Amino acid sequence: MDIHVNGQPRDVSEGTTVTGLLEALQLTARKVAVEVNLEILDKQDFDGRLLNEGDRVEIMSFIGGGTVS
Amino acid sequence: MGGDILTIAGRTFHSRLWVGTGKYKDFLETQKAIEASGAEVVTVAVRRVNITDRHSENLLDYLDPKTYTILPNTAGCYTVDDAVRYARLARAAGVSDLVKLEVIGDERTLFPDTAGLIEAAKILVKEGFVVLPYTNDDPIVAQKLVDIGCPAVMPLAAPIGSGLGIRNPYNLKIILDTVNVPIIVDAGVGTASDAALAMEYGADAVLMNTAIAGAQHPLVMAEAMKYAVEAGRLAFQAGRIPRKLHASASSPIEGML
Repeated sequence: MDIHVNGQPRDVSEGTTVTGLLEALQLTARKVAVEVNLEILDKQDFDGRLLNEGDRVEIMSFIGGGTVS
Repeated sequence: MGGDILTIAGRTFHSRLWVGTGKYKDFLETQKAIEASGAEVVTVAVRRVNITDRHSENLLDYLDPKTYTILPNTAGCYTVDDAVRYARLARAAGVSDLVKLEVIGDERTLFPDTAGLIEAAKILVKEGFVVLPYTNDDPIVAQKLVDIGCPAVMPLAAPIGSGLGIRNPYNLKIILDTVNVPIIVDAGVGTASDAALAMEYGADAVLMNTAIAGAQHPLVMAEAMKYAVEAGRLAFQAGRIPRKLHASASSPIEGML
């Protein structure tokens, strides 16, 4: 099924969870925030949260910044 | 000055120099400059993870949240909704409840939209965030932010990245005189004397990024800023002499031939 991750289309299999997506992207759950369709998830919900066709997922983390850089 | 501690919302800091982490050549330079500055509080921005480059590094691999107080900002947010969204994302990423709240009003000046700032601060304070607002050098707005529940206020010295130093020293002095929470002068510092001056006026801390990262030798400037902030703080505590028009001899007349 097709979802969007950080603005890019991505094909994932049915039954993929947020944790599964992070693992596929080789990202550490500890260091990121995840938003699905504008809803910010608690980290403890990553394991149980199934992704659905058309979901818009944003995976955010910290980068260098003072003010606007 | 082991006993000179800055306390904000129950958190204590020895260093009064806060630094941003943007504009450095790489994470290693960021890390070294921050070490040289002696800063304990470092600001970071919240952005999309690079999902195409799987080997991209994470800033937090270089700045251990156990060593530093990570202060996420809402840099680049021009609306209340965006600023609130970024603050919530920052908290969800799991570092802390702290947020350096920015609601920017204009791309060219990057001046704060203070009406939006107050609105966003109200929402985030209610949600339990420790909101440190980046604001204009306006004493009335600063007081409103305190009334909302901000435990410190961060007025600008000059536009972000301008390096102009303190453009409005008398407004800053009025804020320091009237607003009864820690005041962190944020943005606009160009060189060490600007930082020292802010501290001499009685600012509780100074936050900077470009002044260090953009210097020809960032690590050297980081060290200069560390001493400038310490010197300015000591001079403030020591209490400067009044300015006088005429001379006042330092050597006694008595005993002269």
